[in-house]
Amino acid sequence: MELDALALARSQFAANISFHILFPSINIALAWVLLFFKLRYLRTGRQAWMDAYGFWVKIFALSFALGVVSGVTMSFQFGTNWPGYMQTVGNIAGPLLAYEILTAFFLEAGFLGIMLFGRPRVSERVHTFATLLVAFGNSLSAFWIIALNSWMQTPAGFVMKDGRAHVSDWLQVIFNPSMPYRLTHMLLASGLTVAFLLAGLSAYRQLKGDRSAGNGAALKTGVRLAALLIPLQILVGDAHGLNTMEHQPAKLAAIEGVWHTERGAPLLLFALPNADTQRNDYAVGIPHLASLIIKHDPDGEIRGLNEFAQHPPVAKVFWSFRVMVGVGVLMLLTAWFGAWQLRRDRPAARLDRRLLCWLVGMTFAGWVATLAGWYVTEIGRQPWLVTGVLTTAQAAGQATTSMVAGSLLTYLALYAGLLLAYVSVLFHLAKKAAGQADAAVVLQEVQV
Amino acid sequence: MNAAYWLPVIFAGLMGLAMLVYVVLDGFDLGVGLLLPLADDAGKDRMVASIGPFWDANETWLVLGAGLLLVAFPMAHGVVFGALYIPVLLMLVGLILRGVAFDFRVKARDPHRPWWNAIFALGSLLASLAQGVMLGRYLTGFAEGVLPWLFALLVGAGLSAAYALLGACWLIMKTDGRLQARAIGWARHSVAGAALAVLLVTGVTPLVNPAIAAKWFALPQLFLLLPLPLGTVALFALQLIILPRLARRQAVGNDRYCWLPFAATVGIVLLAFWGLAYSVFPQVVIGRMDIWQAASDPEALWIILWGALLVLPCIIAYTAFAYRVFWGKADSLSYQ
Repeated sequence: MELDALALARSQFAANISFHILFPSINIALAWVLLFFKLRYLRTGRQAWMDAYGFWVKIFALSFALGVVSGVTMSFQFGTNWPGYMQTVGNIAGPLLAYEILTAFFLEAGFLGIMLFGRPRVSERVHTFATLLVAFGNSLSAFWIIALNSWMQTPAGFVMKDGRAHVSDWLQVIFNPSMPYRLTHMLLASGLTVAFLLAGLSAYRQLKGDRSAGNGAALKTGVRLAALLIPLQILVGDAHGLNTMEHQPAKLAAIEGVWHTERGAPLLLFALPNADTQRNDYAVGIPHLASLIIKHDPDGEIRGLNEFAQHPPVAKVFWSFRVMVGVGVLMLLTAWFGAWQLRRDRPAARLDRRLLCWLVGMTFAGWVATLAGWYVTEIGRQPWLVTGVLTTAQAAGQATTSMVAGSLLTYLALYAGLLLAYVSVLFHLAKKAAGQADAAVVLQEVQV
Repeated sequence: MNAAYWLPVIFAGLMGLAMLVYVVLDGFDLGVGLLLPLADDAGKDRMVASIGPFWDANETWLVLGAGLLLVAFPMAHGVVFGALYIPVLLMLVGLILRGVAFDFRVKARDPHRPWWNAIFALGSLLASLAQGVMLGRYLTGFAEGVLPWLFALLVGAGLSAAYALLGACWLIMKTDGRLQARAIGWARHSVAGAALAVLLVTGVTPLVNPAIAAKWFALPQLFLLLPLPLGTVALFALQLIILPRLARRQAVGNDRYCWLPFAATVGIVLLAFWGLAYSVFPQVVIGRMDIWQAASDPEALWIILWGALLVLPCIIAYTAFAYRVFWGKADSLSYQ
């Protein structure tokens, strides 16, 4: 297969999976947040919680639809563009994908109708239970697909026979070395994505004059959830990094931009990794800090890229990682400052206008960090598709360059249009809700 | 008989079941999409409301069908979807467009609504046509040339007519009043198209594929196969009788047996599907690969089979529950 077609096939897969991951990263946590709103309503009887539910379930429905249709695309991609994948590791990927569809996709889609539209037709208990099952199905789906992705990163529990992988121990396959870290990291990433989405859209509604209790509840939930999750995410991210050092040292060297094995490696804040000279240009770093973080020893040794016959492209991994961490730091500052502003049940309505504007700006911070994180881990796995078993080039199919180029352009145009529509409809819904809440307040005042 | 023989047979059956359920379930909601431009604004809202609680789950059956092909017959998945690269792309674009238009049309600004309605209908049409073309290309074993492509386009048009019929019959069952009256009219129009399509596809299939012809006209199987065309003719005849009578009774406010056209259409789909399955089995890529050549290792199939046996009954049970919850005439949808 010629290189161009391979690059195109990879770009197409990257485009599809990048577009797809945006919506599960909202749905996984938003389903639990909706369940939380519902349970708070049942416990307190305050209509505000149900108002929050009513608004955010619309966002959920929209995101779910985009997740489903972009997910359908994925099930056709494996065979058309990557036939070598199933031929080599089908015994592992097949059952994991099948279990995802059977146990998770159907569960979430099957109860979605009742969750969205069924409340007038079923008892309150059944409706709450449907919401719970949708949330559970979403998370279960993440469990299966991350088990498979982690297995591709750090394969375990199998033997190779005649060029095909055969399972020797399913528990080792599923709970492979990087799986617990990656799953926790992704679930927390989803939680943070939703926390900032909640905070951002609610802040936007407040800026548009919405003083309703439901919106205030959602804003507080978002800020507090973010403040709670971000330190956890930093801890889990650190543990995940240590796990990567142990099992995928080449990826870690690319993340840190370590070309040659060194002791007391600096933490690079800025650098332009140069693949030709095998060094970093314009490097600015904090001495010893990378060694301290990774080895928990200022003079710890970090293995450099020179030790690996094959290693991922450095600059992309290096920069994706810095984008992720940078956004994470912004999240930490924003969430803790916001939570402090909302301390001891200060009303959300009294939040400063500048903070509200900043929160609106951070609405999609979770998307940026999540995508950047996935680029680190996926590009960091290259040139392997399954580490040590199958390279990406070996798995590629026969589709011609022009065909893949055509389909890639089609997808890109479609995704750009849909993303624009999605974001503008989100803000349109927020504006409309703010207008209605405003009118309701005016009406009450008139009646009084 | 060993596991290597019958596991692929079971999976061919499961895959067939998933595709069949998909064609019936997504068939009616794609059909409703095809018919959308024919209705007035209130009618459009009601039509979308009638499929709102179901379409996500309906589309999951396509993921299951394609997923089973991928995990149980990986060799065939590459060949089939590689050969169908462009129709698959068009189908996915169609499904994406209609899926999102469905949600956007009620949430976007009012002036944008006609656009999303149009995208919903166009996406449905694109997906239906592309699925028919995929089926047509598949049946000829991906033969190149003008004639096989014409055949594929014909199947595309035919499947769209069949979906429109399913959609119209769904609306007859799920709505009342003016929209129901109009749906009866749409069904009467699409019944002719669907019948013509079934007739043409049945007539042309043995001509474009001699292997299928040999299977059909061998004795004594011919006599076992005869109930299929006869049953299909009987069900179409039933449609032709029931639809005008339903139209007359509906006009005076009596819609008893409003479910009968839908049931009859599902019966037609079942028979047509059975005929196709009989023609193709045990091939998975016609003329090139049978299910045993394409199958995964038994070790993987066992694991999936246990999961499927455990989970499929639950899926069927809660799918039935969801349809039960939204039983009866569709009311307007609200998220409360």
